[in-house]
Amino acid sequence: MKLITVAGPPSSGKTSMLLRVIDWLKEQGLKAGVVKFDCVASKDDERYRAKGVPVLLGLAGNLCPDHYFVTNIEACARWGQSLELDILISESAGLCNRCSPFIRHALAVCVIDNLSGANTPTKMGPLLKQADIVAITKGDIVSQAEREVFQYQVRKVNTRAEILHINGLTGQGKERLGALLAQAEDIDNLDGRKLRFSMPAAVCSYCLGETRIGHDYQMGNVKSIAIPDVPRPEVS
Amino acid sequence: MMEDIQSITILGGHSKSGEAEDVALRLVPGDLVAVVGPTGSGKSRLLADIEYIAQRDTPSGRCILINDQPPAPEIRFDMGRKLIAQLSQNMNFVMDATVAEFITLHAECRDTNLGETGLEELIHSVVTQANRLTGEPIVPDTPLTALSGGQSRSLMIADTAILSDSPIVLIDEIENAGIDRRQALDILVQNQKIVLMATHDPILALLAHSRIVLKSGGIADVLESDQDESALLEELQKADAAILAVREKLRRGERLAGSAFNYAELAANGILEA
Repeated sequence: MKLITVAGPPSSGKTSMLLRVIDWLKEQGLKAGVVKFDCVASKDDERYRAKGVPVLLGLAGNLCPDHYFVTNIEACARWGQSLELDILISESAGLCNRCSPFIRHALAVCVIDNLSGANTPTKMGPLLKQADIVAITKGDIVSQAEREVFQYQVRKVNTRAEILHINGLTGQGKERLGALLAQAEDIDNLDGRKLRFSMPAAVCSYCLGETRIGHDYQMGNVKSIAIPDVPRPEVS
Repeated sequence: MMEDIQSITILGGHSKSGEAEDVALRLVPGDLVAVVGPTGSGKSRLLADIEYIAQRDTPSGRCILINDQPPAPEIRFDMGRKLIAQLSQNMNFVMDATVAEFITLHAECRDTNLGETGLEELIHSVVTQANRLTGEPIVPDTPLTALSGGQSRSLMIADTAILSDSPIVLIDEIENAGIDRRQALDILVQNQKIVLMATHDPILALLAHSRIVLKSGGIADVLESDQDESALLEELQKADAAILAVREKLRRGERLAGSAFNYAELAANGILEA
């Protein structure tokens, strides 16, 4: 089974794009399933289910979404294997732009949309920088020039990825993305595999449920913002 | 590579019902082709196939050749972006920048090495060209998002013609943009581009050198415009000019005469039944 990690900001068009690509994979005789990782809520599982695509939904709730992802992906992969999927797609939104759910040797796709602003690529961190494929969506509603500028900005951040332009409404571009997914490396199990990028350095008192503000309530990994000429209390 | 486009060729695939398209249409720089057919007949699909440089791998089964060859994958999926520019009715400017900043950014990403004077000239020439197409002048300091529909469209066309440098331009419906459409097409074609436009507008359709007729997802015919049609085009342009003149008078708050057309003259020329 192939494991593909797909990640991108909320509403960038990941699910619409994937539904189109999965149609194409089906036409090629490949069976794909999806694990949707989200933070608070998602109805995307219903969209997949409505199309007959096997789907798992995981909500991180009050956990760091990437920790939630990394502690669950192995079990999800086994679920995919039990269904005899050819391709399992892990789809995640949001995250914190500090890390990415990309795994070494598992094809990594970043989805980003033309409407998100010309400076967004530089703000996305490993989510964009570490991707093998960057799928740019919503190109049909912005000017030719902006598409070019946006792609240029993406290229500056990620110099090696294949950049694809996908239209999630019409499916334009799905054939190329589908072909790349179908060619991805097979992964038998994830035990001992590595993430492409480390998680944020934790843990502070707030990770453990502290809500009060103030020096006395801070513990662990705490970092102070640099403000000139203002003495900062030492953290115990 | 960009300068090297001598032709694109559309090789037929099949219609929605699977009927084969008997088409091998070769287009060269300077060609202006209309794509006509009822709504839902597949005009946008045809443009999408060209944009994607389809290799019998889209639902239509069409194949697009560049210089009589299937394109190398890097041209198709990467450089292809610089080969083909698109304009359509529902495209907008969303960038938080002024017209001048935007042109600067676009020039930078096109890898055009201009000095400061070169950049000034470029901004001037794009804005001037855009202003030829629209009645409401654009100035370089205008924020993109403050442009009217007509101004946006004009700037997009001027930018596509001058800066995009893409040898193939695909246009999906520009008729209602409030711009001088004939000038717009002239600007694009004069820059030695291959222009294909999907349209319902009779004047735009007849301005084209030839037109691709679509029916239920398939290319049903490719027609060359003939002399009769050129004559008709002239009449339509006169009528169009008359309507534009009426619109202009209305805008200026003038009172209008009882007719925009000289029917007697039209009848005398055999255009109208007396």
